[in-house]
Amino acid sequence: MMGRTIFIDPGRCIGCQACVSACRECDSHRGKSMIHLDYTDEGQSVASLPTVCMHCEDPVAPCAEVCPADAILVTADGVVQQADTTRCIGCANCVNACPFGVPKIDLQAKLQMKCNLCYDRTAYGLAPMCATVCPTGALFYGTVEELQAERPGVQVADTFTFGRSEVRTGVAMVVPADRVQWPVPGGLPVVEINGKDVRR
Amino acid sequence: MTADPRAADPRTAVPLDPSLAPPGTRAFRDAGGIPADRWHADQNGETLVPTHCCFCGVQCGMYLRVDRGGKVFGVEPRNHDINRMRLCPKGINAYQQVNHPDRLTAPLMRRSRDEDFREVSWDEALDFTVAEIKRIQQSYGNDAFGLLGGASLFSEKTYLVGKFARVALKSRHVDYNGRLCMVSAAGANKLAFGIDRAGNPFSDILLTDCLLIAGSNVGECFPVMTQYVWGARDRGASLIVVDPRETAIARTADIHVALKPGTDSAFFNSVLNVVIEEGLTDEAYLAAHATGWEEVKAKAAEYPPSRAAEICGIPAEQIVQVARAFARAPKAMAWHARGIEHHSQGVENCLTVINLCTATGHIGKPGAGYGTITGQGNGQGGREHGQKSDLLPGGRSIMNEEHRRQICEIWGIEESELPPAGTSMMEMVWQMQRREIRGLIGICNNPFVSLPNYRVVKEGYDATEFHAQFDFFLSETVANAHVVFPVTTWAEDEGVMANAEARVVKHNKAQDPPPGVRTDTWVMCELARRLGTGDKFAFADSRAVFDELRTASAGTVNDYYGITYERLEETGGIAWPCPSTDHPGTPRLFEDGRTYHPDGKIHLQVVEWHPPMDPYDDEHPMSLTTGRTVAHFLSGNQTRRLGALVEQTPRPWAELHPSHGFRNGEPVRVVTRRGSEVFPALVTEAIRPDTVFIPYHWPVPTAANALTIDALDPRSKIPEYKVCACRIEHAEKIDEVPAPPVAPGHVAYPETQVSRTDPLPPTAPQGRGTSERS
Repeated sequence: MMGRTIFIDPGRCIGCQACVSACRECDSHRGKSMIHLDYTDEGQSVASLPTVCMHCEDPVAPCAEVCPADAILVTADGVVQQADTTRCIGCANCVNACPFGVPKIDLQAKLQMKCNLCYDRTAYGLAPMCATVCPTGALFYGTVEELQAERPGVQVADTFTFGRSEVRTGVAMVVPADRVQWPVPGGLPVVEINGKDVRR
Repeated sequence: MTADPRAADPRTAVPLDPSLAPPGTRAFRDAGGIPADRWHADQNGETLVPTHCCFCGVQCGMYLRVDRGGKVFGVEPRNHDINRMRLCPKGINAYQQVNHPDRLTAPLMRRSRDEDFREVSWDEALDFTVAEIKRIQQSYGNDAFGLLGGASLFSEKTYLVGKFARVALKSRHVDYNGRLCMVSAAGANKLAFGIDRAGNPFSDILLTDCLLIAGSNVGECFPVMTQYVWGARDRGASLIVVDPRETAIARTADIHVALKPGTDSAFFNSVLNVVIEEGLTDEAYLAAHATGWEEVKAKAAEYPPSRAAEICGIPAEQIVQVARAFARAPKAMAWHARGIEHHSQGVENCLTVINLCTATGHIGKPGAGYGTITGQGNGQGGREHGQKSDLLPGGRSIMNEEHRRQICEIWGIEESELPPAGTSMMEMVWQMQRREIRGLIGICNNPFVSLPNYRVVKEGYDATEFHAQFDFFLSETVANAHVVFPVTTWAEDEGVMANAEARVVKHNKAQDPPPGVRTDTWVMCELARRLGTGDKFAFADSRAVFDELRTASAGTVNDYYGITYERLEETGGIAWPCPSTDHPGTPRLFEDGRTYHPDGKIHLQVVEWHPPMDPYDDEHPMSLTTGRTVAHFLSGNQTRRLGALVEQTPRPWAELHPSHGFRNGEPVRVVTRRGSEVFPALVTEAIRPDTVFIPYHWPVPTAANALTIDALDPRSKIPEYKVCACRIEHAEKIDEVPAPPVAPGHVAYPETQVSRTDPLPPTAPQGRGTSERS
């Protein structure tokens, strides 16, 4: 976990998409939103959850690891930048590698785009646009101490498992205090591939 | 509550060398460490103008980003007391209205509705309007010309609307669209407390132990208020939500009471019944501060939980749980909104909530009290300064001899010249239908989408001989007018609004209006001048109007006298009443235990539940309820043209329970006694099986308000939007959303050309639909 980072608390999310709109206002990719807002339990509940880039730390960001053009660079403070436009070849390896499904490919420009923690703002000590405007605090920017000062007893996790792989991230997730599971299971079990049931 | 670590706002605006300011704006600049060359060279010299959002009653602070050419081009969060940097999607995208290609930039005119609009000069449009006013008033009397204002206007403009109607038009017929918004709460507050505003500021929510939210989808309609709700939850407060739908805030509530629409007063009477039965009333408080308790107590006895559970369609245990949670909490608060106010018994519903708060002693303390959430930006301020048919500035009554005399003195007219009370907005439309009102000026409202029973509204407007509208977009209502005056958006003028806490905040001017666009103040004063009452309307700008407004409200309950523009700029908002310039304002009412009635007591009122006005039968067994969605605002005139918001919620839907056998996205015809329309179904377990919900921001043929009933609350005259009888049927084809109308020579905004016939995207709006996985 980085020092000042984003904390995601799905329990506070109201699905209003303020983060999605705010992300379009970020000056480093104005007009395009890099936030994924998912509804986790459609039809049964209005529960929703914003996903920003998780800025993976260990192993070093999977998207950067698989990039054949070395376009995805990680800054000293742990922010995984979006692909350098002078290097990116639009191959979408990063899209396939990311366990959280974060990067997008701009098909027209043949370039990868993703959240870069509003580097145009965080570099100057401002919070990222999404966490600044989030009406509910589902996206919180600060240190874990600041988070706990504001929300007593809050528990966070920064390690996720995908099958046998474990990923530690720079962005952390708030988890239920009474059921802290460590690491947090990520992803859904695969049930079918090309129409074939693969559950065994 | 610990301090927000982000409270140190590194971008506080400071006045800049005036010579460097964009033309027409007061200069502001960020004092934070943002270098001028941030990322794009074209943003050099950017200035930030502190203002507030133009939309809902929360009134979040924001900065508008203004480029060197003096044009608004973006938004920056602002660390204001109300919202602490937070914004919702409407607020983030609001700036896009200002320089939108659909803006009206020249007066439009036509002699009859068969012709097309043509652009004309200001003189021609004003002269034609004045000639028509004179013709209609000479032929049919002064009251044959009406004026309908709006609650999105600054308070100065709402003051002018009331004054213009009574002094320049000399007509009794003036009302405003806040009549559709929260007059039920206003009526109830006035009856019980003698003052019409919420009792506590938002920040009190953080101190409470039990928060009751009735009929308010806070997560979608007032998203930034959610931070206070969650803040209370963080501290361990229990949360009770009363709503037929499982909304985002109901999802994690301790108790979610999903009652049948139109049964709120039975529910609250029954909660009071349990409170009394279990001996949880605060008898000492009642004896000292309330009248009418014995009668209320006797009436509550008629509503045991078993009876109310049957009326409301909820388990009786829930009523007991709510009563215990609310009454046993050391500090409890109740907030409500349109969900309990949009009823033919709206005032009574609000009174039952007040009765409950009073009986448990939860009034006028930090963290304990009562609040109503205003829907429109100036829903609170819009009704305080004489825009309402029965009110004069300062919340004075137009029926009261003394009040009339005071205002006539301020306005410099004879008391015989001041017209009597008029009728409410919906009643005015009925009068237009009956040809009693033959001419109308509408200022910033869109009744073609926002009034119930569209057929009647259209007939009423079509029957008028002359209709003029002030607006900055060509709304569905403007498209019916003879004359259209292009006026400013909120970012092109300065003025004050009062938010849901009755906190008066100041909006600043960020840019000059486009050429050809004038302020509403200028147009009203110019019309008054041409009608021969120019001496009463010699206002140069908002500041001049505000000074008269302050004087006019001095000494009343709604006292603005101590509020000045300078103080507002320094403090970030002052809650009225504020009688003198050294008075800090009144964020919390009744702290001294006195209300604004002469006896200083809370006047409790007996409430009897009665069924909604639209009866259920075999043909129409279900309830239709309407409401808002987070991406759009009221009639949608301001939001249905902004690409991001259209993309987020392109069309309305009919939300219904899986038990009806519909699949997600399937066309469903919703039939009421007023008509029928076809919507895509949004199938979800988050709604009662006997209820259908449709958001109402769109025009026909996708208008929820083509189906709703124009039944009114007898006291507040608010329409019964929230419940009418309906049935649902299978249908062939979904009705398409029409593109917003545009002025001649304008091209519709490309983003509004969203294909409206595709099946619903995989993620249904708000993600509430069933997935196709099953």
